[in-house]
Amino acid sequence: MMENLDSLVDAALAEVAGAADARALDEVRVRYLGKKGEISALLKSLGGLSAEDRPKAGALINEGKQRVQAALDERREALEQAALDQQLSAESLDVTLPGRGEPPGALHPVTRMRRRMEDFFLRLGFDIAEGPEVEDDFHNFEALNIPAHHPARAMHDTFYFGDGRLLRTHTSPVQVRVMQKGQPPFRIIAPGRVYRCDSDLTHTPMFHQVEGLLVDENITFADLKGTVAAFLQYIFEVDDLPVRFRPSYFPFTEPSAEVDVGCVHCGGEGCRVCSHSGWIEIMGCGMVHPRVLEHGGVDPSRYSGFAFGMGIERLTMLRYGVNDLRLFFENDARFLSQFA
Amino acid sequence: MRFNEAWLREWVNPAIDTDTLVHQLTMAGLEVDAVEPAAAPFTGVVVGEIKSCRPHPDADKLRLCEVSDGESLFPVVCGAPNAREGLKVPFAKVGAELPGDLKIKKAKLRGEPSEGMLCGGSELGLDDLIDGLLELPADAPVGTDIREYLALDDTVIEVDLTPNRADCLSLRGIAREVGVLNRAPLTEPAVEAVAVSDETTFPVTVENSDGCPRYLGRVIRGIDPAATTPLWMVERLRRAGLHAIDPIVDVTNYVLLELGQPLHAFDLSKLSGGIVVRQARAGEQLLTLDDQTQELRDDTLVIADDNGPVAMAGIMGGRPTAVSDDTVDLFLECAFFNPLAIVGRARGYGLHTDSSHRYERGVDPALQQVAMERATALIVEIAGGRPGPVTEAGDAARAPQPADIALRAERVTALLGAALDHGEIVDILERLGMTVRETGDGEWTVRAPSWRFDMAIEEDLIEELARVRGYEHWPSRVPSGTPAGEPDGERRLPLRRLADTLRDRGYLEAITYSFVAPDLLAKVDPDHPPLALMNPISADLGVMRTNLFAGLLNAAGRNLNRQIDRLRLFETGLRFIPGADGLAQEPRVAGLLYGSARPAHWEGKPRRVDFYDLKGDVEALTALSDPAAFSFRPGQHPALHPGQCAELVRGGRVVGHLGKLHPRLARDLDLPADLYLFELALEPLRDGLLPHFEPVSDQPRVQRDLAFVVDAEVPAGDLVAAVRAACDARLRNVHIFDVYQGEHIQAGRKSLALTLTFQDPSRTLRDAQVNDLVEQVVSQLKQQFNATLRD
Repeated sequence: MMENLDSLVDAALAEVAGAADARALDEVRVRYLGKKGEISALLKSLGGLSAEDRPKAGALINEGKQRVQAALDERREALEQAALDQQLSAESLDVTLPGRGEPPGALHPVTRMRRRMEDFFLRLGFDIAEGPEVEDDFHNFEALNIPAHHPARAMHDTFYFGDGRLLRTHTSPVQVRVMQKGQPPFRIIAPGRVYRCDSDLTHTPMFHQVEGLLVDENITFADLKGTVAAFLQYIFEVDDLPVRFRPSYFPFTEPSAEVDVGCVHCGGEGCRVCSHSGWIEIMGCGMVHPRVLEHGGVDPSRYSGFAFGMGIERLTMLRYGVNDLRLFFENDARFLSQFA
Repeated sequence: MRFNEAWLREWVNPAIDTDTLVHQLTMAGLEVDAVEPAAAPFTGVVVGEIKSCRPHPDADKLRLCEVSDGESLFPVVCGAPNAREGLKVPFAKVGAELPGDLKIKKAKLRGEPSEGMLCGGSELGLDDLIDGLLELPADAPVGTDIREYLALDDTVIEVDLTPNRADCLSLRGIAREVGVLNRAPLTEPAVEAVAVSDETTFPVTVENSDGCPRYLGRVIRGIDPAATTPLWMVERLRRAGLHAIDPIVDVTNYVLLELGQPLHAFDLSKLSGGIVVRQARAGEQLLTLDDQTQELRDDTLVIADDNGPVAMAGIMGGRPTAVSDDTVDLFLECAFFNPLAIVGRARGYGLHTDSSHRYERGVDPALQQVAMERATALIVEIAGGRPGPVTEAGDAARAPQPADIALRAERVTALLGAALDHGEIVDILERLGMTVRETGDGEWTVRAPSWRFDMAIEEDLIEELARVRGYEHWPSRVPSGTPAGEPDGERRLPLRRLADTLRDRGYLEAITYSFVAPDLLAKVDPDHPPLALMNPISADLGVMRTNLFAGLLNAAGRNLNRQIDRLRLFETGLRFIPGADGLAQEPRVAGLLYGSARPAHWEGKPRRVDFYDLKGDVEALTALSDPAAFSFRPGQHPALHPGQCAELVRGGRVVGHLGKLHPRLARDLDLPADLYLFELALEPLRDGLLPHFEPVSDQPRVQRDLAFVVDAEVPAGDLVAAVRAACDARLRNVHIFDVYQGEHIQAGRKSLALTLTFQDPSRTLRDAQVNDLVEQVVSQLKQQFNATLRD
C-alpha cells in the first residue's frame, strides 16, 4: 500500500507540474485529493491495517496529501502569476505617445507684463482705475496743465476726431477723472491703450501705458523715489538694480523726473540695447503739479502726490527680449504662443 | 542743441573731464543725447605754404607745387583749381593717415614726383566751403599740426532739451548751467556798443506790440560782398550742425547759437518804404527762404514792408528780400516775439526752424540789445560796413515780466521729503541768477532772471533746488498708509478669470488696433456708422471699431497666410458705438475659432471645429458667473451665417453674438468658410453669484429615457424648457442624449432623446409618481410642439 502511495504522489506531482491552466490543475486535485480521489481513497483503506500500523500509515498518507496540496498551491500561484503577467504584458502601452486634450494657449505678452505690474501695486494698496480711450481735450491736455499751443502738445502727435474729441495720448487723463470723482486719498494705477499718430520701426500708433497716482497728506518726492525703485526691482527681479532719477519736464508734474535703470541686457557695461550708455530710460514721473490737483478738485495746500507713467511694451521688450515693437500688434500665432 | 566743448570751455571751464561734464549735464536735466569727436581721426597733416606753383608739363589740370612745412620744401602734384603761390593749406605729409583709410605715400604723377597731398575740407572730414583746397588764414603758422591749429581734438555734445529749458538753447545758457553746477565763473565775451558811423535808419512800426513787444533794427551800409566767413566761425557752426552760407547769415546763426537770439538780415535795397510788424492778412503770400510759396493765415505775425510781407515773424524770412552775394547794405532785425504769437504757427505751415523753435519756447526778453551789438560787431569785423544807429519799436512793457515768487522752506521739506539748509536754498537760487529777498524765517521772495521765464510758482523754485542739489541726494522711502478704494465684491468676476479661461481652452490673446479699415468694418458691421479719425495714420486705420471682429479677421488672415492651420484667438477691449446719447465705449471680449477641433493626434485626423465647439467656449465663460442667467437663442448678425448664429441673452438683453462667419464675407475677405466668431459684452459676464449651500439628498434617483419626435425647426432648448416647466422640483436634470433625423423618422421631423432624472429630496419616489410626471411632460409637449413619443 505504501509503495502505492509513493507512486500515486509521484504521479500527482508530475500531473501538477504538467497542468497547463487552472482547470487542468483542478482536475488533478479532484483526481487525487478529491473526496473520491485516489490518495483520499487510501485513507479509507486504513481500516484494513492493524491499530498499531494505522497511525503511522495515516501520517504517511497525510504527508503525501500535503505534498500534493502544496504542489497544487504553488502551481496555482505560478499559473495565476503567469496569467497576470500575460495580461499586463498584453495591456502595456507606449507611454511616450502624446496625451489627449487641448494644450493651453497664451496671454499676450503685454497682458502678462501688465498683470505683473498690477500685482505689485495691488500689494501696495493701489486700485486699478479705467478711463475712456476717446477723450476730450480738457482731460487729455488742459487739466494736465497743457494749454493749447503748449510745445509739449507737439510731442504728442494726437489723433483727432475734429469735434474736440481725441484719442488719449497717455493714461494721465485717468488721474484727473479719478480725482474729480472721489475724495483723497487716492492710490490708483490705470493701465490701458494709448494712441499717437506715429508709425515707424520704434513707434506704433497704439501702445499701452500704466499710469500711477498717489495723493495723500505728507506725500513727498522721497515716496515717489522709493515706490518707483521698489517697483523696478520687483519687475526685473534684481535686488540691487541701479535706478537713477534725472530731472525732466512734464507739464503736469513738478518736480519731474525721468527714471533710468542700469541696462538689464549688459549690466551697465554698454550695449546696443542701451545705446552704449549703460542706462535704459523706463518712465517719467514727478510730484503732481498743484494746478492738476486743483483741476481734480483737490486742495494742493493740504494734499500732495506723485504720479508716474510708463510704456508697457518697453518693459515687456526688455523683460522678454522682444526686439521689434511691431510684433506686439501683428498677432502672429508663432509669436503669441511663446508667452504661455 | 549741439555745441563743441572747446567753445563751452571758453565761457566756463570747470576742472572736470568730458565724461564728468556730460554726466553732470544729464543729471541736471539737460539730457546729453550724443557725444562725438569734432573730426574724424587722422594724422600727419600740418599747415603748409605753397611756395611756388607751376603747370604740370604733361597734364592740363595738374600743377606742380613746392610746399613748405616750415623746415623743408616738398614737391607736390596738385589738381585743385585754387592752388596758388603764397596760399596756406592743410598739407598731408608722406606717412599721413587720412579719414577713409587713405595713406599718403611718395608717388609719381604723370612722371612728376609728389611727396604729400594738399587737402580740401572734406578730405579731413570737414565741410568743403569751396571746390578745392581748404584755404587757411595768411597768419596760420606753417608747420603746426592742423588738428592743433583747427582745434580738432574737440568734442561735440548734443543735448536734448525739455520744452521748459529754452534758456539753454544757446551756448550762453549751457555755460550758465555748467557754471551753476560747478560754482565756476562765467567768462562772457565783452559786448560793447559798436561805434555808429552812418546815420541811415529805416523806419519801423509795430502794429501788434503784444506779439512783438520789442523790435530792434539797424542799417549797416557798405559791407564787402566778397568777404568770407572766418574758419573759426565755420568750424563752430559745423560742429553745431550748421553749414556756412555767407558771412551775414553765418553771423546771425552764430549769434543764435552763442546767445540764443534769432536775428534776420534783409537786403536793404530790396525793402521799400518801412517795416511794419503786423498780423498777416488772409490771402497774402510769401516766398520763403526754403523756396516755398506760403499762403499766409491771419493768425500769423509778419514783418512787412510797403509791398507786403517780407518775413514770417520768428519763423522764416522771405526769399526776395534776403541777403545775397551782391548785398552791400543791410537791414538787421533783432526782435522779441511773444511765444504765444509764434507757437504752433510754424507747424501750421509744415515748418520748423531754429528761430521758431526758440521763439515758441521763449527767448530772453532782455537780450535783444546785446545780441544786436554782438552781431553788428561780428559783421563789421568780417565784412566791414558802416553801422547806423539802433532803432527800437514796440512796447517793451508788454514783454513778460519776471514774477515775485514766495518761497517757504517748509514747503521745500513738504515736497522733497527732507529739509534743505536755508543758506543752501539762498545759495542755489542766487547761483541761478535769482534775486532772493528774505521776508521771514525760512521765507523769501524770489525773482528769476529774465532768461528763466519758466519760473512762475513756488514749485518751480523747489524743482530748481532739487535739481541743482541733485535728485540722487534726496531721500527715498516706500510710502505707508492705507489702501484708498473699495475692494471688489465676491460676486464680481475678475477680468483675469475670463481671459485665463479662454487661455486655458487653447486661445491666444491678440491685441489689435482700435482703429480699422472703414470698408472692412462696413462689411462686418454695416449697422453702426463708425467714428472716423480726422488724421488717421493710413486709410486702413481710419475709423474706430464698432466691434472686435474686424481686427480678429485681419489677424486670422495674416496667420492663415503663414501656414497656420489651426487658430484660436481672443481679444478684450473697447468697441466704440456712436449714438444719440454720445459715444458708447464698451468693453467686449471676442474670439475666433478655426481649424481642427483638437490638436493633431496620433489616433487619427480630428474633426473640424463647428458651431458647438464655439458655443462650448462661450458656455465656459457664462459658467464662471451665473450660467442659469444666460440663454442662447437663434440670432442674426451681419457678419455671421444666418442659420448658424446665436445671440446670448441675459436679463432679457442681448449681450453678445456667436456663430459661423457669413459665407459671403468669407468669400469677400478671402477667408475659409469654417471660421467661427463670438463677441460678448464683458460686464454681464462679470456679474456672478455667491454660492448657496443646498443639502445633499441620499434618496434614490430615477431616470427615464424618452425620445420625442417633433418638427425639425423646434429648438431643442425650447423643448427642454417645456419639459422643465411641465415638472416640479422633483425633476433634477434633463439631458439630451441623442438627436436624430433620417430613416424611420418622417421627413421634416426629428427625434430628440432625453434622459430625465427625478429625485425627491425627502422620500423615495414611487413609480406611479414618476409615471405621473412623465405623463405631464408628454402631454405638455404634445400640446406645445405636436411632439409624439418615438416607438
